[in-house]
Amino acid sequence: MKTGPNRTVRCGSLTEGYHRNLAFLISFRKRNLRSSKSLLRNCPFLSPAITGYTSKFAMISTESDPAETSSPGPRSPSGQPFVMISVTEPVKMGTGVQSYISYRVITKSNMTEFEGPEKIVIRRYSDFEWLHDKLAEKYKGIFIPPLPEKSAVEKFRFSAEFIEMRRQALDVFINRIASHPVLRKSEDLRTFLLEEEERMERIRSIEAGIFSKKSSDIFQMFKDVQSKVSDVVLGKEKPVEESDPEYEKLKNYIFELENHLAETQKQAFRLVKRHRDLGQSLADFGKAMKLLGACEGDSLGKAFSDLGSKGEILSLKLQKEAHNLLMNFEEPLKDYVRAVQSIKATMADRANAFRQHCELAETTKLKEINLDKLMLMHSERAREAEIDFKESKADSEEATKRFETIVKTMNEELVRFQEQKTADLGLAFHEFAKGQAKLAHDIADAWRGVLPKLEAL
Amino acid sequence: MMGPEEESMETLTLATSAAATTTTAASDYHSAISASQEIPGDPLLSPPVPPTFALSPSSSFVDPPSYSDVVFTPFNPSNGAVSSSPSSSTSNYLRITVSDPVQESETVSTSLVPGSGSGGYFTYLITSRAKDGTDSRVRRRFRDFVTLADRLAESHRGLFVPVRPDKGVVEGRVMKSADFIEQRRVALERYLRRLAAHPVIGKSDELRVFLQAEGRLPLPTTTDVASRVLDGAVRLPRQLTGVDVTGPEEVVQPAKGGRDLLRIFKELKQTVTNEWVGSRPAVVEEDREFLDRKDKMQDLELQLTTSSEHAETLVKAQQDIGETMGELGLAFIKLTKFETEEATFESQRTRAAEMKKVATAAVKASRLYRELNAQTVKHLDTLHEHLGIMLSVHTAFSDRSSALLTVQTLMSDLSSLNSRVEKLEAASSKIFGGDRARLRRVEELKETRRVTENAKCCAVKEYERIKDNNRSELERLDHQRHDDLLSMLKGFVISQVGYYEKIGSVWETVADEMHVYSREVESSEQ
Repeated sequence: MKTGPNRTVRCGSLTEGYHRNLAFLISFRKRNLRSSKSLLRNCPFLSPAITGYTSKFAMISTESDPAETSSPGPRSPSGQPFVMISVTEPVKMGTGVQSYISYRVITKSNMTEFEGPEKIVIRRYSDFEWLHDKLAEKYKGIFIPPLPEKSAVEKFRFSAEFIEMRRQALDVFINRIASHPVLRKSEDLRTFLLEEEERMERIRSIEAGIFSKKSSDIFQMFKDVQSKVSDVVLGKEKPVEESDPEYEKLKNYIFELENHLAETQKQAFRLVKRHRDLGQSLADFGKAMKLLGACEGDSLGKAFSDLGSKGEILSLKLQKEAHNLLMNFEEPLKDYVRAVQSIKATMADRANAFRQHCELAETTKLKEINLDKLMLMHSERAREAEIDFKESKADSEEATKRFETIVKTMNEELVRFQEQKTADLGLAFHEFAKGQAKLAHDIADAWRGVLPKLEAL
Repeated sequence: MMGPEEESMETLTLATSAAATTTTAASDYHSAISASQEIPGDPLLSPPVPPTFALSPSSSFVDPPSYSDVVFTPFNPSNGAVSSSPSSSTSNYLRITVSDPVQESETVSTSLVPGSGSGGYFTYLITSRAKDGTDSRVRRRFRDFVTLADRLAESHRGLFVPVRPDKGVVEGRVMKSADFIEQRRVALERYLRRLAAHPVIGKSDELRVFLQAEGRLPLPTTTDVASRVLDGAVRLPRQLTGVDVTGPEEVVQPAKGGRDLLRIFKELKQTVTNEWVGSRPAVVEEDREFLDRKDKMQDLELQLTTSSEHAETLVKAQQDIGETMGELGLAFIKLTKFETEEATFESQRTRAAEMKKVATAAVKASRLYRELNAQTVKHLDTLHEHLGIMLSVHTAFSDRSSALLTVQTLMSDLSSLNSRVEKLEAASSKIFGGDRARLRRVEELKETRRVTENAKCCAVKEYERIKDNNRSELERLDHQRHDDLLSMLKGFVISQVGYYEKIGSVWETVADEMHVYSREVESSEQ
């Protein structure tokens, strides 16, 4: 479904004017394809992301599944099938309380199922959420890539920095899904990447009704399980829990890992603020030095003025490094924390599945006993009971299979998770060290520039 | 700091957490000062304090000109002594220390205010060595310092006399806390050193007596306000009847702090006449140059105040960033330990190893930040020092204006006396043979006029002397300030360059080791 310049506007349940407006805006944004390149270059948001943290997915999507080259359709001349997605150009839509940010999602691929070579759609945060929830529902056992946090303080919600952080996180999110050997095949991913905006909106709002019930259920179950899991961790045995010692160890590991990670992320965030503060104080100090120099005589005054200017220059460099630190060091750490939380959610699913498997096995056994009893008594109800028993048995077997699938999947996912995290952190560390080294050298160079004048006095 | 590179994680954790707690415990500017002053030895003239760490060969990474060497030779701090090297050769005293606070109890309360009878006060041991080699050891209490300060102020009007430490009007328990006593000890030491460094005051008798006379301080003590007022009130009736007159010797001191109530009232009246009535007095501040410099001083003071404030903020920011860097390092170390212990995958062990590199670098950088900050505090202290000098400048200028006021008052006294004499003489000449009472009155007036004339001459002389003092001091201060600010800038810049180079190389090493993880995709991909 390609978009053309002449589109019929369909009005949904909302006011005609609002919808027409929205459609116009969307088609306007899409038609800006030609100018997108220059926009991207000028947009201050994008430069760090292109080369830094998110760029590695272009590579990963080709590397991660050498076995999965079975995608149908003609191969492109370049050989390997690839898909790369960018989440770009956050734009505020709507007004007042109903305003939100929309993102342009560009899918580049040489695979037919992604309608390559390029497909552009406009999506908002709730659409990403929809995708996340759908995947979590259908693919139990897989560590679904985490979403950035939902709510934010009202005032902060539209600050440039927050928008940029969220955009980067969404970009990472969608690319992780696209590079996951199993998730990339999901129908819902394709819907997300390819559907028209209005259809997407409808799908989302329909599911929202079902979802809100579902998500509260899940949340409730998560809470139950969390308490049960921590009970097990604390050693209070409850009958309906797994007793696999290795899995125990894993659970402990995950819980403690989250604590440690949260601490490092907290310090990283604080470090960003310290950079900003140092920058600010240098700027103020520089200004004061300039004024003080004006009181003094000629050459000394000039030296002061030079010093002051350098201070102001360095202040800018510090602010820039603070931003870099935030995007390429603190955010990856935060992402790590979210990933661990996603694992916890999977653990909750697993505990659920285990409980179901146990309960159904229990029920089935009871039904079997009942059936035998009835058959012994040559009762007419034996017939019913047998059907009932057979159903129950089927259910139980299914539940067991579900549980075992989750266990197997989790084990595979764990390997992938550890490897991915080593790569992620390695990159983050590299960026961190690089940034700090450059900053320190810049500062040293700037101050060194003042020395000749001072030595001459 | 350049200790063995192979540090086990345990000791690293312990050492840095110990260091971290000391910095978190006192995270403001003053702690940074006291930390820097723990460096032993007298900055005045002692041989260079050895660097707190050894220069390892790895410091040769710095490209020429290499500032690391320059950084780590101790930079003579300009605290305490107002200017470091030049004054030490002209100063009368080679070394002054204040130490060993001891609490003593007072048997008799001499204060007029009941209840403030000091149950105990502290004395300080003051050791000094004069230029001629005599060593002295005396014990003085804070009250003695106050006396010294007051006597110096009286005899050195117009000079920039260093300001003494505050009295501290807090209640008894605070005054005796260890922190307060230590702060006071430090402040007193700096005060005495500043006095000794002043070209005139350093050679004064008052200071010599203070430093060398054993036993009780043989300087006249300052009387408190109550006694002064009482004495003044006693004299007043006689002054009003014209018998008692302000003599030349009294005129040399300002009216305000004295006992002569009548004189205080007269000068007050003169002030009113000058400012409100607007009539131009006979003698006025005319020195254009002085007025210009006074304006400049005001501007300078304003800029020094702002600079001093922002310097403090800068120091705090530097301290904070070092602290947080250290805590980040510690958090990573804990995580590293955890991952290594719980590792079930090879990728975990790799990750833990990389993390350890980053953590170690962060801790190293944190130490470097802290050391840089200690240096920065010392250098930027010049700003605070010169801001303090502004107080002395104010006092010197007000000495000048009060001397001027005395001259103006006496001149208007004289003119009124002259007119009274004229009137009386004119009146009595009309009566033939003269009016004996009136004649006697005229004689008395003429006598008063003569005394007042003398007083006026003394007052004028005093005023000129103070003006001279002002002028020479302003010049001296300008030179000194120029020198001090220049060293401040040099020191500041050099230490910044040196330390940031080191920090940069620490991170560069880590960045290189991590390079394998970087995936720089060309933006042409987009």
